[in-house]
Order: sequence, then C-alpha cells, then structure tokens
Amino acid sequence: MKHEWPLWEIFIRGQHGMSHRHVGSLHAPDAEMAVKNARDVYTRRNEGVSIWVVEARHITATVPGEKGPMFEPSESKVYRHPTFFDIPDEVGHM
Amino acid sequence: MAEVDKTQLAQFLLRMGDNTLILGHRVSEWCGHSPVLEEDIALANTALDLLGQTSLWLGYAAEVRGTGETADDVAFLRDAWDFRNLLLVELPNGDFGRTMMRQFLFDAFHSVLLGRLLQSSDQTVREIAEKASKEVAYHVERSADTVVGLGDGTEESHARMQAALDYLWPYVGEMFASDETDRALAAAGVAPDPANLRDDFDALIGKVLAEATLHIPDSDFAHKGGRTGAMHTEHLGHILCQMQWLQRVYPNANW
Amino acid sequence: MYAQMIKSTGEGVKSRDEMSPEEAAFQEKVDADIKIEPRDWMPEGYRKTLIRQIGQHAHSEIVGQLPEGNWITRAPTLERKMILLAKVQDEAGHGLYLYSAAETLGVTRDELTEALLTGKMKYSSIFNYPTLNWADIGAVGWLVDGAAIMNQVPLQRTSYGPYSRAMIRICKEESFHQRQGYDIMMKMAQGTPEQKKMAQDALNRYWYPSLMMFGPSDAESVHSAQSMAWKIKVNTNDELRQKFVDQTVPQAEYLGLTVPDENLKWNEEKGGHDFSEPDWTEFFDVLKGNGPCNTDRLNARVKAWEDGEWVRDGLLAHAEKKAARKVAAE
Repeated sequence: MKHEWPLWEIFIRGQHGMSHRHVGSLHAPDAEMAVKNARDVYTRRNEGVSIWVVEARHITATVPGEKGPMFEPSESKVYRHPTFFDIPDEVGHM
Repeated sequence: MAEVDKTQLAQFLLRMGDNTLILGHRVSEWCGHSPVLEEDIALANTALDLLGQTSLWLGYAAEVRGTGETADDVAFLRDAWDFRNLLLVELPNGDFGRTMMRQFLFDAFHSVLLGRLLQSSDQTVREIAEKASKEVAYHVERSADTVVGLGDGTEESHARMQAALDYLWPYVGEMFASDETDRALAAAGVAPDPANLRDDFDALIGKVLAEATLHIPDSDFAHKGGRTGAMHTEHLGHILCQMQWLQRVYPNANW
Repeated sequence: MYAQMIKSTGEGVKSRDEMSPEEAAFQEKVDADIKIEPRDWMPEGYRKTLIRQIGQHAHSEIVGQLPEGNWITRAPTLERKMILLAKVQDEAGHGLYLYSAAETLGVTRDELTEALLTGKMKYSSIFNYPTLNWADIGAVGWLVDGAAIMNQVPLQRTSYGPYSRAMIRICKEESFHQRQGYDIMMKMAQGTPEQKKMAQDALNRYWYPSLMMFGPSDAESVHSAQSMAWKIKVNTNDELRQKFVDQTVPQAEYLGLTVPDENLKWNEEKGGHDFSEPDWTEFFDVLKGNGPCNTDRLNARVKAWEDGEWVRDGLLAHAEKKAARKVAAE
C-alpha cells in the first residue's frame, strides 16, 4: 500500500476565551487520531484548552480572484464602526 | 494505620521512579526515528512525562533515604543491582509495534496503580500521583488506540502486534507479584498491594486487546526479579552504560 | 543556512516591461508587502523555488534531529535529558510546520520525503558533522541555532503567507534553543578542566561549519537577486555571516573560549570583525555527500521511513475499516 494519511487542519481555542484559531496542519489516519496528534504537536507549550480538526479537503474557501466583490463592499460601510460617531466628551465614556 | 518503615518506603519509591526512568530512556531512543513525524512528537511527549515523574519519585526517594543525595545521584550513581524497575521496561524497543505494546501494557498497569495512589496516606505520594495520573490517562488512551489500530490494521501489522504481545506477555506477571514491602505499604495505606490491581488491569487490557483482534497467550508464566533487584535482564547494564557514562567518567562535575 | 544554495529559475530578475500583466500584478503585491496565499496566482518559478527552499528547510529540521538525538540517552542529568529531548522534539515539530507550508504549494509530504531519501533534495551541510562530546550539544544550540535564527527572524516577513506563519511559530519556539545551548556552554566553560577542554573542542569543530551554514558569497548571484525580489530571501549570505560573527565573538569571549581564527580582529572602519573564510572546498564536498556523517544521516532516515511503512499502512487500514463499519451501521 502506498498512500499518505489525510491532511487535517487544526483549530485551537486558547486559555483566554477567544474563538478557535487555525494553528496549522498535520497528517493522521482518522479524526480521532488527528485530535490526539494535534494535542501532541500543537499544545506542547500549553497553548490550548479545546481542539477542532477538519479534514483539509472538506474546507470550502473563497476564491482569491473574487476578493473585490467579496470584501470591498464592506469597506465603504464605515458607519458600522464605533469611531464613525462623534460623542461629546462631556457625555463620558461610551 | 501501621507506621511505614523508611527503607520499605524508599524501596517503593525506587520501584516507581526506576520504572519511569528506564521506560522514559527506552521511549526517548525513538526520537528522530519514528515511522511518522506525528508519532515522533507524541512519543517524545510520553518520554518527557515519564522523565518528569522520575525526578519527583527519585527526588522523594533521596529525601526518604536521608543520605543527602539528589534525584540525579539516585538515577546516575547506582549500579544495576540497585535498580528496582520491572523487567518489562528494560526490554529493548524492538519494532514500533513492540514498543507500543510494551507501552500499552505498562500504561494500563500504571494508570490503575496511580488511580489508587491518589488515596495514599502519604501526602507527597498523593501529590506526585495527582500530577502523574493525568499524564498517564492520556498515555494509556493513546497507546491503546495505537494497539487497536495496528492489531486491527493490515495482515502484517496484525501479525507483528500478536508477536509483540507473545514476546512481552511473560513480563506482565511481575507487575502484580507482591512481597513483604508491598504488604507493609498496603498496611500503612501508602500504596496498594499490586496483587489487588490485577482484576482492573485484566478488564482494561481484555477490552482493548479484543478490539485489536489480538489473542492473549494462555501461559501464566512470569519472569521476575526486576522490582526486587534479585535478577535483571542483560539489557539493563547497557542502558546504564549510556545513561551514566558522563557522570561516571567525570565525577563531581557540574553539568 | 537551513536552506542553502537554492536555485531560483535562473533567468534573473525580469524588468517590468518583460513581465506579463499577471506577473506585474504579483510583483506589485510582493513589493507592497501583501502576502501571497496558496490559491493566489503566482509565477511557476516562485512556486518551484519556494518548494525547494521550504522543503530543504524542513529536511534540515528532520535530519537535524539526529546529531542532537545522538546525546539524549547520554545526557548527564535528568533535567538536561528532558531539555534536550524537548528541543529535539521541537525540531520535529518545525519540520512538520514547514512540510505543511510546502504542502500548500501542491506537493505532498511523501513526495518531499522521497526526494530527501533519494538524494534529490538536500538538507543543511551542518548536520553532516558529528556530535562528539557533550559540549557539542551546547555548541549546536549556541552556534547552529544562533546562525539559523539569524536567517529565520527576517523570514518571518517573507512574501508567502504559509511560510511566513510557519516561521513566526518556529521563531517563537526556537528562542529557547539558543539559550539552552549557551547555558550548557557556560556550565562547561566554568567547569572542571576536562569540561573546559570539551567546550573549546566543540567550538573548534563547530566554528567554521557554522559559518558555512550561510552559504558562499551570493552578492553576484542571479538566484539570490530573484529570491530577494520575491522576498523569499531577505539578506545576502555575507550580511548574515558578518552579523553572526559580530554577535558571537563577544559571547565566546565571555565564555573564556578562543575562536579558532588567527585572523579574527575588530575592524573599526567597517564596524565589524574581519575573519577568515571557511574552507569552501570542504563545504562543496559535504554538499556532494562527502561530509563526515552524510551516509549515516541518510541511512538513518531511510531506515526510519522503511521500518515505519507497515505502521503507517496498518493505522490507515484500520481507519478505513472503521469508517466502512460506521457507514455499514448507518
């Protein structure tokens, strides 16, 4: 037999309540071993409290060529950001 | 509860620490040579846990012996007859399958034992067991998975795992062979009598080995001598040759 | 460096006029420090050069486990043994991160491994030197990791996203490697006469091979010019070597050790040390396979790979059986 273990993408949630974040990839024969390998490879320095693994081929991504239509429309919607609004200093922190 | 004799307590601590020291040494031999990078990294983690536990057990052993030694002195300056580890852990690695089978058999025993030590009447033993039992809970999960995966893998991997089990089985019995020291420690509530751990061990390995489609040999024969120091294999001396070489050739140097 | 003598397409850097619109757009992104990501358009030469460079870097990490691994079972204290094991384990991790980065360029880890084992791809010359005494473990951390860090820190800003992210992670983890090496050197240099002798012996043997890690002068190289335009190489080999010497000489002085170079002296005018070039004939011999340990290193990797085949196949076969049983049960 000559085929490689599938590639898995690893997501880890750290200590401080942030969302899971992509930290890298590894190979494993199945999902259970991928979780264990992720524990051994990507949390050697106490980096995480929760691990997600996804087989790389199951990830659907945006197409780089469509970056314009996908992401530029949100650039003009400045009113979504708090700094768009001027609040007088007298009102205090908001 | 009975007062525990210092010599007997030290003997128990050496048994714990020598097991983790010698197995940690064996597992560390894989570093850079494993079948796949992910396994290389995982095995190094196991070895690191075992060596960390060694510092604690042998450090406490030195304290109990009261001779002013350090954990390093105990590890690096005793000769083979003073070692109290199970024969199982000093056996050569063999192929990856034998290494993982040895790991699984030891992990199964270790996890059952550490579980009991959480209730030890000795506070230091309890504290070491608390740290070690978490590490070992992961070890046994991982080695069990690998034993199942390889046992129930290809024809070749199955055959190799069965051969590993057949080779190692005669070294299983020693883990549960108790002596006077064990009975004294049990009476004092410091540690369980190993003979009483066998049922939990059998249940655990029975389930995993069945899932691995492996057959437990019928023989009850057990090699003995490691944990009492009466008899080791020839392999231990070679381990010590490597492990203790610098300390022996350059005594009293600071590293 | 961990990636030495990487050949780019060899055509030299194209002028804007010679570039296709795609190439020009690509170069503009690189110039503007916008990261190139796996599915973005990239010149074929960029992709191939990166595979070679990242692959060679990954191979160096994996082969680099061997000289240090050589001392794990002989480390003199429990703590030294754990530190060394953790460090060599890190090298395996770094190899893994780098292989993963290369895999985003359309090559598999197995293909890269095959290329290493058949000698089609190289690894850094430094790992073909033996570790002969315990101070060598100190010298490898201090000098070899020191030289590697010098190259890796700027590579955190390299143009290829996955490579840059791998380097960031590696640099973060690597910071303890050099310090633990120097820590060993301090103990040895301040130790017994025998220990001090070991320390000096290690420095004597590792000094020039460390200087070779940066590769021969590449100021005139078309490959380097192209790689620098693509921002997959940041400094010239000579710049990095000079920086390394200037950084290391005072560290050796602090240890009370002698750098084995009679021509070494501070040059006020250039604000750096003058020093002797390593023996480049030896360097090319090592690259060709004639270093002290080339055969042993490659044999060790081939053995690990071949002995491991039944394990990789067995675990995969089990995973497939398990998946099939799950489907059947549903």
